[in-house]
Amino acid sequence: MTELKMPIYMDYSATTPVDPRVAEEMCKYLTTSGDFGNAASRSHAYGWTADEVIKQARHNVAKLVNADSREIIWTSGATESDNLAIKGVASFYKKKGKHIVTMKTEHKAVLDPCRYLEKEGYEVTYLDPEPDGLLDLEKLKSALRDDTILVSVMHVNNEIGVIQDIKAIGEITRERGIIFHCDAAQSAGKIKIDLQEAKVDLMSFSAHKIYGPKGMGALYVRRKPRIRLEAQIHGGGHERGMRSGTLATHQIVGMGEAFRIAYEEMDSESKRIHVLRKRLLDGFSSMEEVYVNGDIDQRVAGNLNISFNFVEGESLIMAVKDIAVSSGSACTSSSLEPSYVLRALGRNDELAHSSIRFTLGRFSTEKDVDQAISLLRTQVEKLREMSPLWEMFKDGVDLSQVKWAAH
Amino acid sequence: MYLDYNATTPVDPRVFDAMKPFMTAHFGNPSSVHKYGRLSRTAIDVARNQVAELVGVDTSQVIFTSGGTEANNLAVTGVLAQRAKTALVHSSIEHSSVLEAMKVQEKNGWQRRVIAVDKQGLVDLQRLPDLLAEEALLVSVMAANNETGVIQDIARISDIAHQHGALMHTDAVQAAGKIAISFDEMKVDMMSVSAHKIYGPKGVGALIKAPRLAIDATLYGGGHENGLRAGTENLAGIVGFGAAAALAKNELDSRKAHFEKLTVYIEQQLASIAGVSIMSQQAKRVANTIMASIPGIEGETLLMQLDQKNIAVSSGSACSSKDTEPSHVLAAMGMAPELARRTIRISVGKETTMDEARLFMTTLKDILRIQH
Amino acid sequence: MSYSDKVLDHYENPRNVGSFDKEDTKIGTGMVGAPACGDVMRLQIQVSEEGIIEDAKFKTYGCGSAIASSSLLTEWVKGKTLEEAQQIKNTQIAEELELPPVKVHCSVLAEDAIKAAIDDYASKNGAVSDKQSQKKLA
Repeated sequence: MTELKMPIYMDYSATTPVDPRVAEEMCKYLTTSGDFGNAASRSHAYGWTADEVIKQARHNVAKLVNADSREIIWTSGATESDNLAIKGVASFYKKKGKHIVTMKTEHKAVLDPCRYLEKEGYEVTYLDPEPDGLLDLEKLKSALRDDTILVSVMHVNNEIGVIQDIKAIGEITRERGIIFHCDAAQSAGKIKIDLQEAKVDLMSFSAHKIYGPKGMGALYVRRKPRIRLEAQIHGGGHERGMRSGTLATHQIVGMGEAFRIAYEEMDSESKRIHVLRKRLLDGFSSMEEVYVNGDIDQRVAGNLNISFNFVEGESLIMAVKDIAVSSGSACTSSSLEPSYVLRALGRNDELAHSSIRFTLGRFSTEKDVDQAISLLRTQVEKLREMSPLWEMFKDGVDLSQVKWAAH
Repeated sequence: MYLDYNATTPVDPRVFDAMKPFMTAHFGNPSSVHKYGRLSRTAIDVARNQVAELVGVDTSQVIFTSGGTEANNLAVTGVLAQRAKTALVHSSIEHSSVLEAMKVQEKNGWQRRVIAVDKQGLVDLQRLPDLLAEEALLVSVMAANNETGVIQDIARISDIAHQHGALMHTDAVQAAGKIAISFDEMKVDMMSVSAHKIYGPKGVGALIKAPRLAIDATLYGGGHENGLRAGTENLAGIVGFGAAAALAKNELDSRKAHFEKLTVYIEQQLASIAGVSIMSQQAKRVANTIMASIPGIEGETLLMQLDQKNIAVSSGSACSSKDTEPSHVLAAMGMAPELARRTIRISVGKETTMDEARLFMTTLKDILRIQH
Repeated sequence: MSYSDKVLDHYENPRNVGSFDKEDTKIGTGMVGAPACGDVMRLQIQVSEEGIIEDAKFKTYGCGSAIASSSLLTEWVKGKTLEEAQQIKNTQIAEELELPPVKVHCSVLAEDAIKAAIDDYASKNGAVSDKQSQKKLA
């Protein structure tokens, strides 16, 4: 597949390539030369084999987060996991209460189910993050009510990479008997998760963010104390009745293998990626009007979200088309709105419009980083020369005082 | 020897070849605007067109899901909110995913009505109007049954449903790739299809809907699939589904002829065993499926013995994880539980050979200690 | 999102980037859009005593389509009379650049920019014609 000149990939938070070792495993469960059986087939070896390898994959996923295999429910991805967790809890515990607490910076897969629940008569509190992207635990505490049934806070933010203190949040929610759901799509395999230690009750995982296949995910559902859910997809009663549908053996095996590799290599990999990220940031440090979005320390190793003030993000992405980056979440980039995550941090619209998300990963190299730096520096300069805002800024005009023509 | 193609099929090598690049080199998120993303988006567009062509619809009518189960769930729950009606209707032989999706709605105040089938497994068209008489929102009848292979007259059922102001859904998971299916000729409003029953990968399916039918999503977050199904697309899976759909369309006639040759032989051989009866023999069935009751031996025992000889068949639906109970399909056809427990389902595929069919019959007769 | 070759050409080789002295009476300046919306376009025209646009320059903060729309516009207005320039429609720009529907607003902005520049020039020179003021109302 070398016929296409592809850009340097720096969008690992949008998705990752499948690790060759994962692909190799997956390929064993597709064709007649492999084990292609339906794990629900109880009457023959094809089914039993599928069942067996799925068990192993479940074990691998559980092991990475220090959970029990029986606590892992397969889904079609983190979006489904988030939907199942939030709607599943909301409908099961609706007699207990109808209040949910989440954050404005959550992924759409959390926010949209919450919006849906609001239409169904639930009440949702959307907490603002601090300017560094982190949740103030005191604000969380004061948002909790007697009828709060669920808190949903993501572990690592997809846009700015900041890490929330899920251990501390878990202590608060457990003490109040409130269920804590955490979207860990962006953290699993990148930072340590210990579900014996953190009192998270439900956790969403995705395979394709950690070198596994797309269309595959899982939901961790705690057994002690036991968390109940109302299933959202009904049928043959697979996955302990919590999620029906034929299990996609190759996908599950792929996720299992991806999680196994992450368990083995996470520590060394994140050290290496952290060095690359630092190199990237250092490459921009001598530029004027450059702002890092989100806390730089309490952040996952691969993420650098940075605003080049007075340059519009989409034009910048066009200008640096030899590197594949994103100007916000890939899931919302079809809209022209500036990133809602950056706005929630209190970033003004110019800075939000000027942001680029670099996310480095397993196959990123020093050379990639150096090319990105030099390309960015050249193009930002070119676009600033073209930007009336940059000229005004250089002329000492306070842009916040300018009356802009309505548009 | 695998004779359980209705439970799942292996991925066709050509489908596998189509998928491979999208498992590794081409991995962009289809929502990303950069080149990686755009390549993925294009691949999904191609696959959507292939799936659309299989059932004769426009690409805008195809909603990719994680499989037939999710498609069936979406069909049922997707239409609930917008209409002020009170009843959901399904046949007594539906797949558990339609059945359970409707059962759950009883808790929300919906009435559930069941269309009976006759001894052949065909839905009772005479009584259907009564069931639809008052405030029926949706009728769901499968195009071909997973256990008996019986083909329903969906176009007629659709007509009756529409005369009574109800929407019509058909689960075509088992029909696709075995008979020609046309969304328009079946006159349905919604149709479910699945990849892994047509030599595509597991974990991907689609709900096809009428162009102007408004439905509500059940998965939220990101506005994928025109806002009807959120979640990053299963890229390789969708590409594989598309390739499988294209092959299913192009090779339908040769596959059917192949199935027929095999099943005609097996049925003739079975007929020579005293006491064997074949379910739904008088009805039109898909050519690859034989549900037979074998006298003198428990189905489970027979399956075990066949398995020891490396022959994989099934006792009925493999889609249920707790399937020790006798088939609800056979019960609906009026078969006594003792008899139902003695049935096995043989479903052949395009990889099945005539030699395998012969070997299967020899082995079966050996187990039954029949001279041959 | 895929851009036409024309957008890419203007984006990669923008024509007439730069500034004139906006205090100069020969210069008309139009600045439209807002940073919050993701586009700010500044178009400047230099007008001869005969009322002909001799030169034009732009600076744009915005996406590729916004940059291309303003770049194209500077090419188009040069040599035109103010009346002729006044007639340029956003649809012509969108058509020329084959803008996708989600980017049509960029061409609208460009039309607004040339109108604003002409108005600025006219108000500096105390000559707003009836025709022009009617246009503005519409």
